[in-house]
Amino acid sequence: MTILAKHGAYKQAYDQLRASGVDPLNVRFDAVTSPTEGVIGGQAMILLGTNNYLGLTFDPDCVDRAIEATRGQGTGTTGSRVANGTYGGHKRLEEALAKFFGRQNAMVFSTGYQANLGVLSTLVGRGDHLMLDADSHASIYDGSRLGHAEVIRFRHNNPDDLYKRLRRLEGAPGDRLIVVEGIYSMLGDTAPLKEIAAVKRETGAYLLVDEAHSMGVLGETGRGLAEAADVEADVDFIVGTFSKSLGSVGGFCVSDTPDFDIMRIVSRPYMFTASLPPGIVASTLAALEKLQAEPSLRETLMRNAHRLYDGLKAMGFEVGPEANPIVAVAMPDQETAVMFWKLLLEGGVYLNLALPPATPTNVRLLRSSVSAAHTLAQIDTVLSVFAEVGRTLGFLPSGRRRIAGAV
Amino acid sequence: MRQNLQLAVVGGTDADANAAIRNEISTIFEEVLGRPVSIRDDTDIVEDLGMDSLGVMNFVMAIEDFYDISIPLDRIAQIQTVADLIAAVEALRSGRVA
Ligand SMILES: Cc1ncc(COP(=O)(O)O)c(C=O)c1O
Repeated sequence: MTILAKHGAYKQAYDQLRASGVDPLNVRFDAVTSPTEGVIGGQAMILLGTNNYLGLTFDPDCVDRAIEATRGQGTGTTGSRVANGTYGGHKRLEEALAKFFGRQNAMVFSTGYQANLGVLSTLVGRGDHLMLDADSHASIYDGSRLGHAEVIRFRHNNPDDLYKRLRRLEGAPGDRLIVVEGIYSMLGDTAPLKEIAAVKRETGAYLLVDEAHSMGVLGETGRGLAEAADVEADVDFIVGTFSKSLGSVGGFCVSDTPDFDIMRIVSRPYMFTASLPPGIVASTLAALEKLQAEPSLRETLMRNAHRLYDGLKAMGFEVGPEANPIVAVAMPDQETAVMFWKLLLEGGVYLNLALPPATPTNVRLLRSSVSAAHTLAQIDTVLSVFAEVGRTLGFLPSGRRRIAGAV
Repeated sequence: MRQNLQLAVVGGTDADANAAIRNEISTIFEEVLGRPVSIRDDTDIVEDLGMDSLGVMNFVMAIEDFYDISIPLDRIAQIQTVADLIAAVEALRSGRVA
């Protein structure tokens, strides 16, 4: 018996998975050479599981500005903003984020995960009520545990269930905060934000949207689902990350709430961790500028997303409910999912194998994230590898295998 | 059905109320699991009924609908046996009325 024996059930499941010859939780890249290409075990791969929506990780301006800032200001801040101070870049990035979202205030965190911990644990406390979508990301659940509010879970994307639960709280003291995501990270479905905003208005709750996967992806100017659904005025707080469309690392919160800055001295995940290094801040700022200057990136991204989603659907694969840059294919059981994933890898396609408990409703998913940096030829190659593996595993329903132009 | 079941509880003793809730919970279990179950106060919901986390969530949501309550997450984490669940339902229901 070791101190970690308590995790025996997980170990057993993981050992069993690895016994089948794959370790999807520990893929080793020999090299990553572009936003869409890498090498695994000596074999060239199309990267289709990176969340690198705008493909900016190798953008020359972003890279140059990171190098310049690193040379000029060093590799790290070696401490938190409250102890080691705010650098010019932190301030400029916060101002740029506030301006981009049309909000008074912005605050930068060291990761998106910490942004959720820091914001959720601070906005609501003892006696308040936190209403979470059941399919929320781990960082939202963990943030809810860091604070002291009462946490109530509502059915995924179900405004009626949310409303019912808020009605049950009628007469109880305390603030209510509703938390939803722009695009849900596993199935790629969006929140019914118009309806949720209506519930928020009727019940006097506050609304926070985590736009981790929708910033730079949805909305006329890339501000996310709140913009796309035309309900920005109803959204009190937006949380997001730099690790997806902006191609770096870090997180943020923007809001119009007037006393916003108090969070800087009460939010522990902001105060007690080192701030982002100058190089990261500089590349993030460059990427945010690029996101705004080049709306065509979003168009290319959506074109690619549709190509993949429509192609897989036409072949007869079971995909998520909406064509978004996250394209998830449901697998009938774990064995098939693992084998399919392994054969895709052998065919030169890398994506995420998502298994319970990381997935909603216990589904097993082959989860892709499409990038604006993918070429149509790469997407078509992916489609033909999918078709091939589907046939090999006797998986595709017969008679629906053809997809024009791809297979 | 819900009206009848609730009426059975009104005006009874605590023991009556517990027995009524246990019956109702048993019915909900059977609906969620799709098979007959036999439960006692000390039945362990996860271990004895073989529920995974999704099963537990669906079950909790069915209980919440039936009694028109929301069971907060920290409260759910404390529930292990049928007796724990009955106590939580009772407390939340009376708390709501009070
Ligand atoms: C919805 C959501 N919120 C927050 C995060 C955390 O972001 P980060 O990886 O930047 O910490 C993620 C992804 O990781 C996410 O999917």
